[in-house]
Amino acid sequence: MTEPRFMAGDRVRTTTVDPPHHTRLPRYARGQVGEVVEVQGTWPLADERAQGLPDARVEPVYTVRFAAEDLWGPPGGHWVQVELWESYLEVVA
Amino acid sequence: MSGQHSNSEIAVRVRGLEERLIGAGLTSDEQLDAIIGRVSSGSPAHGARVVARAWVDPAFRERLLADGNRGLEELGFSLSSGPQPQRFTVVENTPTRHNVLVCTLCSCYPIALLGPSPSWYKSEAYRARVVREPRAVLAEFGLELPGDTEIVVHDTSAESRHMVLPMRPDDTEGMDEAALAALVTREGLIGTAAA
Repeated sequence: MTEPRFMAGDRVRTTTVDPPHHTRLPRYARGQVGEVVEVQGTWPLADERAQGLPDARVEPVYTVRFAAEDLWGPPGGHWVQVELWESYLEVVA
Repeated sequence: MSGQHSNSEIAVRVRGLEERLIGAGLTSDEQLDAIIGRVSSGSPAHGARVVARAWVDPAFRERLLADGNRGLEELGFSLSSGPQPQRFTVVENTPTRHNVLVCTLCSCYPIALLGPSPSWYKSEAYRARVVREPRAVLAEFGLELPGDTEIVVHDTSAESRHMVLPMRPDDTEGMDEAALAALVTREGLIGTAAA
């Protein structure tokens, strides 16, 4: 089991990396700051499973909440929750 | 089932694809049949039964919201039969918060519980717009929410699957569980309708 790097309430930034392979980090949520709502559990990293790698890394998956205004600009007014593997996330300094 | 398609052009093409995949060692008729069986066993009526039970049984409701998989299993349903068990959560609508589901990347959906997703759920228009302007999209579905209702859009981007628990409609105090379940629609379980 991988010990989760983040916990509920932590602010995290999503990576801006645009990988040359399958990923489950939606483009609209890249390079955005959000708040961890929940640690869901651990799953094999989708990016590596999709490449048929035999031993895909198993990582924590987090529910991360983004303010609509951060993603799309005004008027905002709603939340978007995205479910993200740990590799997609960085610490917000 | 696989291998038993009617003689239409699309069925012939599907079977041709199946045979190529089986020939390449990527799958088998047994695996395909198992998947088709899982998909075929799902129905919005199953979700409606879960909702109706949650409406009449507060203790079940608490257990369901705390652990969706265990709540399903209490009623004889499961999302654990596939190649990898799917985590299941139920998100609760309240007078101040409304939830709506989407999969912007493809069309992830709790198929084994609810059956195939509606075609609009897979459409690019819904997937692109509901994360950006949910209030407008919901209004197009005929759901006008109060201006101060908090909207949470859940993008199903990993290995969890979700279902919305709608609010119990007013003036249903005298209804039994079966009558209540009949009030729940597939749209209500996705969050594009009130119930």
